[in-house]
Amino acid sequence: MFRIEPRKEPSTLMLYATPLIAVALTILSGFVLFTLLGKDPVRATLLIFYKPLTSFYSLSELIVKATPLILIGAGLALCFRANIWNIGAEGQFTMGAVAGGAMALFLFEVEGFWVLPSIWIAGALGGMLWAAIPALLRNRFNANEILTSLMLVYVASLLLSVLVHGLLRDPQGQNFPESRLFHDAALMPILLPGTRAHVGFAVALLAVLLTWALMRWHVIGFQIKVAGQAPRAARFAGFSGKKIVWFTFLVSGGLAGLAGVFEATGPVGQLVPALPVGYGFTAIIVAFLGRLHPVGILLAGLLLALTYIGGEGAQIAMSLPAATIQVFQGMLLFYLLATDIFVNYRFRPAPMKTAPPSTPASPTAQ
Amino acid sequence: MKSLGLKFAIAGAAAAFALGMGIAQAADKTKVGFVYVGPIGDHGWSYQHHQGLLALKKEFGDKIETTHVEKVSEGPDAERVIRQLAQQGHKIIFTTSFGYMNPTIKVAKRFPNVYFEHATGFKRAKNVATYNGRFYQGRYVAGIIAGKMTKTNTIGYIASFPIPEVVMGINATYLGAKSVNPNIKMKIIWVSTWFDPGKETDAAKALADQGADVLFQHTDSPAPMKLAEQRGIWAVGQASDMKAFGPNAQLTALIDDWNPYYIRRVREAMNGTWKSTDVWGGLKEGMLKMAAWNKKIPADVVKLAEAARDGIISGKLHPFTGPLKKQDGTLFLKAGEKISDKALSAMNFYVEGVEGSLPK
Amino acid sequence: MDLVANILIGVIIAATPLVFAAIGELVVEKSGVLNLGVEGMMIIGAIAAFATTIETGSILGGIVAAIICGALMALLFAFLTQTLLANQVATGLALTLFGLGLAALIGQGYSGKSAPPFPKLHIPGLSDLPVVGPLLFGHDFLVYLSFALGIGVAWFLNRTRAGLIVRAIGENHDAAHAIGYPVVLIRYATIMFGGACAAVGGAYLSIVQTPLWVENMTAGRGWIALALVVFATWLPGRLYLGAYLFGGITIVQLHSQALGLKVEPQLLAMLPYLATIVVLVIISADRTRARLNAPASLGQTFFASH
Repeated sequence: MFRIEPRKEPSTLMLYATPLIAVALTILSGFVLFTLLGKDPVRATLLIFYKPLTSFYSLSELIVKATPLILIGAGLALCFRANIWNIGAEGQFTMGAVAGGAMALFLFEVEGFWVLPSIWIAGALGGMLWAAIPALLRNRFNANEILTSLMLVYVASLLLSVLVHGLLRDPQGQNFPESRLFHDAALMPILLPGTRAHVGFAVALLAVLLTWALMRWHVIGFQIKVAGQAPRAARFAGFSGKKIVWFTFLVSGGLAGLAGVFEATGPVGQLVPALPVGYGFTAIIVAFLGRLHPVGILLAGLLLALTYIGGEGAQIAMSLPAATIQVFQGMLLFYLLATDIFVNYRFRPAPMKTAPPSTPASPTAQ
Repeated sequence: MKSLGLKFAIAGAAAAFALGMGIAQAADKTKVGFVYVGPIGDHGWSYQHHQGLLALKKEFGDKIETTHVEKVSEGPDAERVIRQLAQQGHKIIFTTSFGYMNPTIKVAKRFPNVYFEHATGFKRAKNVATYNGRFYQGRYVAGIIAGKMTKTNTIGYIASFPIPEVVMGINATYLGAKSVNPNIKMKIIWVSTWFDPGKETDAAKALADQGADVLFQHTDSPAPMKLAEQRGIWAVGQASDMKAFGPNAQLTALIDDWNPYYIRRVREAMNGTWKSTDVWGGLKEGMLKMAAWNKKIPADVVKLAEAARDGIISGKLHPFTGPLKKQDGTLFLKAGEKISDKALSAMNFYVEGVEGSLPK
Repeated sequence: MDLVANILIGVIIAATPLVFAAIGELVVEKSGVLNLGVEGMMIIGAIAAFATTIETGSILGGIVAAIICGALMALLFAFLTQTLLANQVATGLALTLFGLGLAALIGQGYSGKSAPPFPKLHIPGLSDLPVVGPLLFGHDFLVYLSFALGIGVAWFLNRTRAGLIVRAIGENHDAAHAIGYPVVLIRYATIMFGGACAAVGGAYLSIVQTPLWVENMTAGRGWIALALVVFATWLPGRLYLGAYLFGGITIVQLHSQALGLKVEPQLLAMLPYLATIVVLVIISADRTRARLNAPASLGQTFFASH
């Protein structure tokens, strides 16, 4: 038997090795899965993990897909560090898209340098407003934020649906539930010509940088860490728990809102009912896979985006059912989460003192 | 001037490359791509499109190569999937849900040599055709059967979202039933989802509990049919033949039969005669079929239904023929006037006699 | 009067899958573990029950299969979070993703098939009474089981020594460990119980309520079950109230539409979620009462340092 022992310091080796181990284990299990399904496992694995990295276009799509994950994940990490459970980023994402999209429609065919910033600000405010509800309810009424933020996800997506069926519907759209296409001045500037990769990725990198600096140097970063690790100590130190709730919710909501408006005015270009596709939930996983560290989140976001793009590629090239890709992704997540333990803990052979005392023959018995 | 020359050089190289690809493909198989919004196993909309893919395989054998991608959300992912299919040398790509309209148009601009076929949309381009089924015709015929078969004079209707497609289906069903049964009433439940078997069952139950004895659905799962079977009432199947779920209950079903269209269009793509068209095919074109009538429908009712069906096929009968008033009493079709396709495809009101108000 | 009875029966059927999933999660959370993978375990239960019922023809076999498969899914979660100390929120989300995919994969051969009808209780005389008969004495046995389960869980948590230990572990796992309770072992047990319950909830959907198999058929009910647990402030009795309220709003809105009342379905569809928030606020505003029931170590990783 083995026992688990905490390391005195997190292992740097394991910090870098565990994601690789997890990917290796996933590939191994993938081999079994694909072979069972009668598909060529080598080809499938290469299509998922390698093929998307070999073309300019799929690399650009990797950025498109990773942008919202990184933006949202960076904000959520602040919450989770403080032990505050905002799991409603999906709703904040949706409301950001709704608010920013409404602003874009309001400014329809208006040109000017200020059009883009106002749309983005509206989006961020939309997300913040939606995040403010669980923050307020928690601070004012002690209502559990896991539940309230989650419930608001459904409300947000229904609200989006109501709006594109009515108020924001395209007047020339034959009554179909979609807004009109945003005009060019409202669209995200493209980062790489000929692709959909937009400046939102740069904003996401900036968010990574800023949250990293915040956690490292700013006093609120310190308060967040203490509140998360030692709530009692935080209280003794006189940190305001309520302030931290407000801060983390508003920042994460704002970033999720930005991700939403970027998605609406970027790759989609209009408001559609199917706009929320689960980025808010996937970003929770991204935050943890990145170990709540901004740089880790950047890498985790890219890795998850890779499996999505590669998964689609494998579906196209090998007619793999979408469900297979889901199972494959699930395994990857399990392995990543499972191997996490090696960073902060190590396995040691169990000491013999657990041997039953009635066996005096045991050579190491004292 | 230098840059212009460079541009020409690039264009030339691209053309040569495209040409090379073209030759390589002519000797090779024609690649056909499909994008589905649901899982193939939904037994409704996406399932039926996949039947079309299987029919293509049967028709063309190893002359074609087919690819499908399922569960593609109508959000940001659609454009990438469609573009990847185009990039990988698919000659003709079928995008089979309304929400793929703008992504299809966007990708089509970039790939002028690929043919795109978008189901249920209204935007076309030189290389983007649209196609849809006149499902309202089938609903009218089924409405006639329902109007005759109901004992309670109540039809239950499970609706998804108030888009023209669904609204015209409700109106056509009502008009069909009304034409044979002046006392007919219709109860409509909007479930705000295309697919939630649990909720669809609950809605079907609510309708049955309130006296509806024929159920119509404009949602995708076979759950309402299953409930009708359990309750011993009638139902009309949606998108595919749902007889397996309601062997006794299914009066008939509206079957989306995309096979002939798909076969024709792929053949045109193969021999270079493909053109962008807008096909709205119904019973006449065979894009919509009625499943075999339930054996328990009396002969005179079958006669009525077949007369309506044949009338629609011959063009003598149009479900939306004046005089016809909107729910609020305003006249929108004068006596003898037939509705235009344009007005039909933007329908956003109930006809006179349908109760309740259309949600926004 | 018949309509009222029918509406009530509809509410019961809509609420039962939620009750099963939520009551299991309640026990899990009482022991201090937050498993967000309910949706994934439910859908696995749905396909396991459906496939087994089709293959063996035995409904009971189907339910047993659901219980086993649900518990196995939960075992995976328990191993990751209890032994390998992975984060519970992230692991739960991954479990949902994995479960939905796996169920779809297994279910490929089963869409389009029909399960045999589920037998309903029929007590001569009693079941034939007007209104009361079908309402009280005409359900399938899983409905009665769902009530028995609630009573059993309430009794277990409040009246038994084992239940006290579960609660103690949820309250303060370090203290419980210091006293000598096997924290990890007991959490394995509660997590697996939760998985089995969620799976029965899914099975109810696929072999009783609809009864058929289609991909993604749980359509978010696992999340609602999670909400119900917190809504109920971890009290089994209130959990039933919540589940029936939730089912009630859904069913009543469908019926009111069929009655021709003017409703905006999307706004109405928001109602259950808004109602949950409002009720939660009202309950939580009373700080002492909310805190009494909330397990203090919910979601925290436990590591026995000695």
